[in-house]
Amino acid sequence: MIAVLKHELHIYFRSLTAYVFGAFLLAFVGLGSMLYNLQAAVSNFEFVLSFGCLVFVVIVPILTMRVIAEERKLKTDQLLYSLPVSTTEVILGKYLALLAVYLLPLCLISLYPLFFSQFGDVYLPTSYGSIFAFFLLGAALIAVGVFISSLTDNQGFAAGIGIAVILFNYYSVSLSEYVSSSALGSLIALCLIIFALALIIRYVTKSDSVAYAFCIILLAGLAILCWVDTGALEGLLPEIMTKLSLFERFYVFVNGVFDMTGIVYYISVIVFFLFLSVQSLEKRRYN
Amino acid sequence: MISVEHLTKCYGDFVAVDDLSFEIDEGHVYGFLGPNGAGKSTTMNIMTGCLSATSGRVLIDGHDIFEEPRPAKKLIGYLPEQPPLYMSETPLEYLRFVGQAKGLRGEELQRQIEEVIDQTKIQDVKGKRISALSKGYRQRVGIAQALLGKPRVIILDEPTVGLDPIQIIEIRELIKELGRSHTVIFSSHILSEVQTICDEIIMIAHGRLVAFDEPGKLEKKLLSPNEINLVTDAGAEQTQSLLSAIEEISSVSTSPMDGGYLRAEIKTGGGDIYAVSRKIFNAFKATDKVLLEMSLKKANLEDLFIELNEGGAGHTLAEGKEEDEK
Repeated sequence: MIAVLKHELHIYFRSLTAYVFGAFLLAFVGLGSMLYNLQAAVSNFEFVLSFGCLVFVVIVPILTMRVIAEERKLKTDQLLYSLPVSTTEVILGKYLALLAVYLLPLCLISLYPLFFSQFGDVYLPTSYGSIFAFFLLGAALIAVGVFISSLTDNQGFAAGIGIAVILFNYYSVSLSEYVSSSALGSLIALCLIIFALALIIRYVTKSDSVAYAFCIILLAGLAILCWVDTGALEGLLPEIMTKLSLFERFYVFVNGVFDMTGIVYYISVIVFFLFLSVQSLEKRRYN
Repeated sequence: MISVEHLTKCYGDFVAVDDLSFEIDEGHVYGFLGPNGAGKSTTMNIMTGCLSATSGRVLIDGHDIFEEPRPAKKLIGYLPEQPPLYMSETPLEYLRFVGQAKGLRGEELQRQIEEVIDQTKIQDVKGKRISALSKGYRQRVGIAQALLGKPRVIILDEPTVGLDPIQIIEIRELIKELGRSHTVIFSSHILSEVQTICDEIIMIAHGRLVAFDEPGKLEKKLLSPNEINLVTDAGAEQTQSLLSAIEEISSVSTSPMDGGYLRAEIKTGGGDIYAVSRKIFNAFKATDKVLLEMSLKKANLEDLFIELNEGGAGHTLAEGKEEDEK
């Protein structure tokens, strides 16, 4: 794992990736603090972060697109498979390297509240609480990015899908206000989501039976729910969209609440997507 | 050292490797021979843990490559068909990464890197970016990578493909040299290459084992001459009737030559070839026509290879061999 970590760090800091990522993040957060803290003279640093998290939509996919897709393209994944290193170690090493690249600019950012507190009254606990949540948000998005990169050998495709997924996640709360909250609307939407998930499973596992089983079980569950309590479906879709939003959890911290469930949520997302990445890498051995 | 047991790999309906079993002993150079698409790469990928088998297993010194990948993989150095190189790095950086991943640290790592650089003769290019290296050098860096960690078995997948003749000779020399200190398995679809470098040939076609023996013995066993060519001044009909009286002869084809001579190609059903030529000689002696030329046609591995890969013939050979062993 250490070898993979070192190697990845070496690659990031030799190429422009780490610097471009850091520069974008710093520029965006810097812009935010200029607008909020300096021009508007607001003393809350957390608003800057809530403004700055939009930058993840672009920089996370750019950072993560190559992480596994490139290995596949250059066939260097064969080296990783033949080395006495497990796929879990490979994914963890790669993920930790990405976190390091992300943490570096974040360390600089975490100095901002201290600077501002020299010139005014900054409430530091909420500032650092949100910086911590900001870190977790980024870490979770990077885990999603790693998984997307593991699905394809085309970096551009990985980046495109990554941007689409994170953008959708960013706007899912605003979108949820527009989607139908009726029981029928939720039912149709849930069916579509189940079909989409089954398609993804079909693509990842290349097994029809698994995809069908998944589809049938979820559809049956949905039918039972529908039959037992139609009322439960009402407003279910907007609720799910809100619940799935990684950004929405972050705004809780911005509003000054140190939300333990949020932390658990982020960590679960990280573990879940890293697990999927390991499976995706492992699966390639079977095809 | 390595035992491959009833290995089968299917891609959907397509069977790439079909119930393949063989044993590899320590200290030999094995040539893994077969045409493109015979299942060589698939087998090698499974042996090195890069690919899973549909059924069957591979034991490396008693360690199942899938059950205990770590100890098994430490015994193997693998160079896949396309050398797995990070183009933006220098060979030195690349080897350092691979060495670390193989568990080497500190001085031992430095020492082994120096050693494999010497062995593969990449001293001059170790500081250049891999993307700037020629294909021959890239192949060497790939081999250097496989040598790190002092594995007992080196597996090379088509190491000479795409190289120019001089590079091919150099890589062959390198393989021979490695064979002195390691067990080497390398695949190729070029017969002469395998014939010159290997102690043992593993021949596969359509995912099945076709033959497994020393090159010399293989030739002797499978390629005893069974064809006689002759030139005579007898007519086609007379020749046919003379030869058809000899029971060992299975077929005769004749073609006229300039000057009224006749060329006949005779296939025998095997057995003592000289006994057949004696009979032919005696048959002609009894007439007023003479044999002007008679030669035994020796097949070579190349012919065998082509024949085996054309289909069915292969199975009988492998089965024949198994029966021999019994």
